[in-house]
Amino acid sequence: MELSKLAEQIPPSGIRAFFDLVLGMKDVISLGVGEPDFVTPWNVREAAIYSLEEGYTSYTSNKGMFELRQDISRFLKHRHGLEYDPENEILVTVGVSEAFDLALRALINPRDMVLIPEPSYVSYGSLVMLCGGTPVSIRTLPANGFKISGREINAHSGKRPKALILNDPNNPTGAAYRKEELKDIAKAVEKHNLIMISDEIYSELTYDFDHTPFPCLPRMKERTIYLNGFSKSYAMTGWRIGYACGPKKIMDLMTKIHQYTIMCAPITAQMAAREALKNGERSVQEMRREYRRRREFVIAGLNDIGLSCHKPEGAFYAFPSIRRTGLSSLDFSRQLLKKEKVAVVPGTAFGPAGEGHIRISYASSLDNLKEAISRMKRFLRGKCSSN
Amino acid sequence: MNEILEILEKDARATPEDIAKMLKMTPQAVKKEIKRREKEGIILKYKTILNKELIHEEQGGVRALIEVRVTPKKDLGFDYLAERIYQFPEVTSCYLISGTYDLLVVVEGKNLHTVASFVAEKLSPMENVRGTSTHFILKKYKEDGDILRQPKKDKRQAISL
Repeated sequence: MELSKLAEQIPPSGIRAFFDLVLGMKDVISLGVGEPDFVTPWNVREAAIYSLEEGYTSYTSNKGMFELRQDISRFLKHRHGLEYDPENEILVTVGVSEAFDLALRALINPRDMVLIPEPSYVSYGSLVMLCGGTPVSIRTLPANGFKISGREINAHSGKRPKALILNDPNNPTGAAYRKEELKDIAKAVEKHNLIMISDEIYSELTYDFDHTPFPCLPRMKERTIYLNGFSKSYAMTGWRIGYACGPKKIMDLMTKIHQYTIMCAPITAQMAAREALKNGERSVQEMRREYRRRREFVIAGLNDIGLSCHKPEGAFYAFPSIRRTGLSSLDFSRQLLKKEKVAVVPGTAFGPAGEGHIRISYASSLDNLKEAISRMKRFLRGKCSSN
Repeated sequence: MNEILEILEKDARATPEDIAKMLKMTPQAVKKEIKRREKEGIILKYKTILNKELIHEEQGGVRALIEVRVTPKKDLGFDYLAERIYQFPEVTSCYLISGTYDLLVVVEGKNLHTVASFVAEKLSPMENVRGTSTHFILKKYKEDGDILRQPKKDKRQAISL
């Protein structure tokens, strides 16, 4: 039986076997979780329950309920001074995952090149390939805080790329961009006439400075697809609700694909999202403060035990180097799991540029973090004496 | 609120070393700040929250909310009477409140009888107490921000990207 060559061609998520190992083990302290450890704030859950009681169980407009698009529009204006027309420039999607896929499908023709800074979120490259495009990775380095600048874009412009994907703040490295750094990137984006796909799902989790959405930069709005959602900021991962904003022409195409594949995002999740935007600010602030404390705790702990770690400025990940152990990321993660029952994600899950690093999620209780770090300390002692 | 206080209010056992790491301070500075707050009386003491409903050996005891209407004392207002009431060890909380009555007194006793006799023999006969109304607590769900049951298990997948 011949199946889709394109689908067969995309790399399997390389660390599936490692994941299965983790999932099959009991009493593991997991620092491998890519979602908040908070549950969705009660007011949001309650609003969803109420909407069900009231009988909101139908389809909505393809683009998402107009009221929700209006709320999103107001929120972006109020929070960032970013203006999108709820009628034509906002599309409510099933998480940023769907929005991201739609953006690529609306943009990419076979053999189009797409620049992806690496380490990157796993699905970017594969989804580009599914659209027939070619991902071109830009390797980022710990010395630069795992960030790209205009220079790297210029260096990769020879292949005439069509688009750039930026994840700010970044999963897995926690890198977040300051306005000045974004301006530098914007210059190169304009120079090479790139379309920007800006995945800003972690934007509310920026700890050292105010987050600047990429489309806020001069002349960038017309060439940016802005992606955001509710998963990380309001602890709503399981609701699968996000949105895309961008120029009408692109949003029309994305909406066309969306209405064939999804129809509309689930109405219950849309109702919950409305409440999150309306009354969620307090919960967001509390979570942000809590994450920030844990970040300091984890970074100090990792550096104490000799795993050097740049300071992540956003998201809830630390991405320390494990090179001094002489182990590959995968071997380190496997051995740590077997010996000390601590789960982390090998850096290579996020592309070859992640080799020599592990991703540690601090979306976990302080007690867990503390215990995990002391186990890692013991693990490292064993490693160093055997070396 | 000061972040050290915020952390301690949630977890009285957080060590100065851990707090120092979280707030990028030295443990010495954290200790000093805690000492200062203790001296100022802002930090009063460190307690453990018990879910007494689960203590079977000695039937947990009973609690009652008692609304007390009083006549305030000249020059001393409500404070004088409140103090006379809250000194009783049976009283676990005492508030001055607005509305149809004046003091809300929470009383804990071994059983219904002890609470009833406290009200009849100690509280009601007090000079300036004009009347009381006693409500026994049947079940406690949440107290001072803490839900009285085991925290639910983490429902997340142990690993995800």
